[in-house]
Amino acid sequence: MTTQVSGDELVSLNGVNKHYGQLHVLKDINLHVRKGEVVVVIGPSGSGKSTLCRAINRLETIDDGDIAIDGKKLPEEGKDLARLRADVGMVFQSFNLFAHKTILENVTLGPIKVKGMAKAAAEKEAMALLERVGVGHQAPKLPAQLSGGQQQRVAIARALAMKPKVMLFDEPTSALDPEMINEVLDVMIQLAKEGMTMIVVTHEMGFARKAADRVVFMADGQIVEDATPEEFFTNPKSARAKDFLSKLLTH
Amino acid sequence: MDAIFESLPQYWDGFLRTLFLAVISGVIALIVGTILAAMRVSPVAALRGFSTFYVEVARNTPLTIIFFFSAIVLPRLGIKFEQFEVAAVIALSTYTAAFVAEAVRSGVNSVPVGQAEAARSIGMTFTQVLGLVILPQALRTVVPPLINIMIALVKNSSVAGAFFVMELFGYGLQLTNSHGDAVMWILIGVAFFYLLITVPLGLLAHFIEKKVAIAR
Repeated sequence: MTTQVSGDELVSLNGVNKHYGQLHVLKDINLHVRKGEVVVVIGPSGSGKSTLCRAINRLETIDDGDIAIDGKKLPEEGKDLARLRADVGMVFQSFNLFAHKTILENVTLGPIKVKGMAKAAAEKEAMALLERVGVGHQAPKLPAQLSGGQQQRVAIARALAMKPKVMLFDEPTSALDPEMINEVLDVMIQLAKEGMTMIVVTHEMGFARKAADRVVFMADGQIVEDATPEEFFTNPKSARAKDFLSKLLTH
Repeated sequence: MDAIFESLPQYWDGFLRTLFLAVISGVIALIVGTILAAMRVSPVAALRGFSTFYVEVARNTPLTIIFFFSAIVLPRLGIKFEQFEVAAVIALSTYTAAFVAEAVRSGVNSVPVGQAEAARSIGMTFTQVLGLVILPQALRTVVPPLINIMIALVKNSSVAGAFFVMELFGYGLQLTNSHGDAVMWILIGVAFFYLLITVPLGLLAHFIEKKVAIAR
């Protein structure tokens, strides 16, 4: 999967900077993701990769530079921003399913309230999505009754229900027990195969090798390398990336 | 003891008026307080500022002074009303709304921030995030403190008795004059009728707390 997917540019970040007080967490980030591309962002903790991911749907504000989704600049606040976010699916480390809603309601809430879809139609689509991620029989339960892996798959279904143009994954498997990681990764690999545009922040190198079109390596708030998985894992150019990879491989 | 039975009609009338004051003021305070709490967490700085100012002033002013303002100052400013009950409702709901706002705000803060982020990331507007995701969860954790506030409201409504409203305490004052030999019994009677409202409220708080507990 090293071929570059041709097509339009869907996500573009130009000269993005962000500070947390003194800390410069994003340093002049330029990143362009085309339609259908799967970009995996890796790097040591504190490198700014989560912040980068969250900035793309403006859960984090940025100090300067600009971010555009499908050619449209990210609005500052209000209804325009909400509309744009509806096109950007997000999956969180801690699942964040709505604790007071059933699994089915978690998936239908967006389509019904944001898109104004009829309840019956939304439920039909939601059930199909839940079946697809393998948790259809859990539909009437509350999130707390599900395992972490199941909850995360529901979270993916919830994001997909909005028919997003791009999906952001912010360390989707980091809060999971080891035996549950694969059930989530399998769903993500399937999505990637179906041509979804994905930006995935992860520590799962196996996923990066298997599903990524590009690997972006971040350190200290900068994009240090941007290469195919093949290139990155076999022949990293920077000392920073070599160091990072050597630490992973010693286990 | 006989004094209580002789005075049952007055007690009953006072009881109903106390209940009326508490229910009307309580409903207004819940609505206004929730709106104030929403303002407090809104992205608009002016709304946050107004809400903070209101809550701090209303919460930290003695209720008697708020009553004085609404019963005596407001009419002088041209806001006139036929009955003193209106002044009492204004004073009680103004005061109680500040406490409701604080309780709801703490409830909002108790909902993990990820819930709001998830709601925003599927494209909900601020009002939808608050109304569909945050408040339904916040209000559950807020039920017990809210009922405590309502219990305080029932008791606070006795201040109205000093402002010409014939509720339980107002009648209590009148009855202690007419039954000078049975002051203790008259006041025990007054207390009993207050307990008739406040004790069931406490039981209700307990019941609802168990019923709406939310699993995480």
